[in-house]
Amino acid sequence: MSYIVVVDREGQEHRLDALNGWRVMEIIRDHELPIKGECGGCCSCATCHVYVDEAWRDRIPKREDEEDEMLDEAFSVEDNSRLSCQILFSEDLEGLRVYLAPEGA
Amino acid sequence: MDENVIAFEKNQPIETDIVIVGAGPVGLFAVFEAGLLGLNCHLIDNLDKVGGQCAELYPEKPIYDIPALPYCTGQGLVDELMKQADPFKPAFHLNQQADSLSKLEDGRWRLETSTGTVFHAPVIVIAAGAGSFVPRRPPLENIEEYEGSSILYAVRKMEALRDKKIVIAGGGDSALDWTLNLHPLASQVTLVHRRDQFRAAPDSVDKMRQLVANDEVDLQIGQIKELKGEGGQLEAIQIKSSDGELYEVPCDVLLPFFGLKMELGPIAEWGLNLDRDLITVDTEKFETSVPGIFAIGDINYYPGKLKLILSGFHEAALMAQQAFRYCRPDEKLVFRYTTSSTDLQKKLGVI
Ligand SMILES: Cc1cc2nc3c(=O)[nH]c(=O)nc-3n(C[C@H](O)[C@H](O)[C@H](O)COP(=O)(O)OP(=O)(O)OC[C@H]3O[C@@H](n4cnc5c(N)ncnc54)[C@H](O)[C@@H]3O)c2cc1C
Ligand code: FES
Repeated sequence: MSYIVVVDREGQEHRLDALNGWRVMEIIRDHELPIKGECGGCCSCATCHVYVDEAWRDRIPKREDEEDEMLDEAFSVEDNSRLSCQILFSEDLEGLRVYLAPEGA
Repeated sequence: MDENVIAFEKNQPIETDIVIVGAGPVGLFAVFEAGLLGLNCHLIDNLDKVGGQCAELYPEKPIYDIPALPYCTGQGLVDELMKQADPFKPAFHLNQQADSLSKLEDGRWRLETSTGTVFHAPVIVIAAGAGSFVPRRPPLENIEEYEGSSILYAVRKMEALRDKKIVIAGGGDSALDWTLNLHPLASQVTLVHRRDQFRAAPDSVDKMRQLVANDEVDLQIGQIKELKGEGGQLEAIQIKSSDGELYEVPCDVLLPFFGLKMELGPIAEWGLNLDRDLITVDTEKFETSVPGIFAIGDINYYPGKLKLILSGFHEAALMAQQAFRYCRPDEKLVFRYTTSSTDLQKKLGVI
């Protein structure tokens, strides 16, 4: 089974089974880690913000304008910030490592 | 409470059959279903417009799964629902939150909103979606110390901001509108945004750029890292620029505009059975654990629940049947189609 690694806000690492064609947000939510994904993956809420591990930065497709705009509503945005609903999992991303970003208070 | 309680209400209470909390798509369709049965509705929403998530989060995005509507936009659906509800003359109370709920001696409910509107009704329908839309609060240390005094999420009195050093954070319409509105009366306005691109209306962006060019507004590209101040009074904010440099900007008042999030809010205190942040209901009447209070749409939970607009519409129809029994205990309900019932067609104003 393919997998991704998600580091939660407490620094705990989780190895999650991942299915081809699922959004990374959906994989994280499916495993009941604390990610809201309020808009269900429509790039409309910025509640699925993650940081992509440096080693993976250049291996996933760049963010689109719409995603960059939505990140305006997120906090502590870094160069490696992504909305995880905009990353589609495929076998190329086997072992992808992301960190959950802080949520609004 | 004694019989005279009504006379002592600060504000004259509004008497109606059903108070609907939330004017999203499901609340709007509930007006229609209740209306067919001759029940009147008042709706409360803390947004400044109707339509809930459809209007607030995705007005321009397409929806493909409304029966017999192969395609519509979020706002398009809301407009059609408003048209469909119109014959029943729903009354809307916007910009206010349904706040407290109590029981009157005569068995009806008393609901009061954050702005003091009071309703008396036999039935309350909670169509609150994922909860009230409230401003998203930046996860900054000690932010609660400053909120209400130095950090404001909405400007109620512009005059209170005269001669202040104001920092506005965000890149959307609210951030830009307030930058333009406040710069004439503030002693200094600093706009902080994470990138040098703004999704606000192009016209506002042009105006802002002009003010920046004339040194009337200070534009900082970066993100707020820290709040500096004492006793609830901000003195400065620390900004981290895109290349990682940290610096401070003086600040009396901070206005963060990072969009809205949804939270259950005061409804959590109404004594209803909850499953996480959802209200549990039965699937016959969509009634909560408290008789006379219903929950429909995204806010409710029952085994098999799907958070679809479609499901909310179905729930509204079944809810209305039971609501009728509370509102008109002495009348009998007959089941009729809109196609063939002259009575229903009269109510709809089509004959
Ligand atoms: C981007 C996106 C795309 C979607 N696409 C689809 C789709 O294609 N098909 C589909 O079926 N569904 C879709 N959905 C889901 C759909 O929008 C929801 O199921 C629907 O909006 C739920 O309607 P509702 O009336 O129950 O609640 P909401 O639309 O959430 O409305 C609830 C309203 O209640 C108000 N409120 C809450 N508490 C209070 C209070 N205490 N006082 C006052 N007001 C209060 C809120 O401010 C809000 O306006 C989508 C959702 C999103 C975000
Ligand atoms: S889930 Fe809403 S933007 Fe990703």
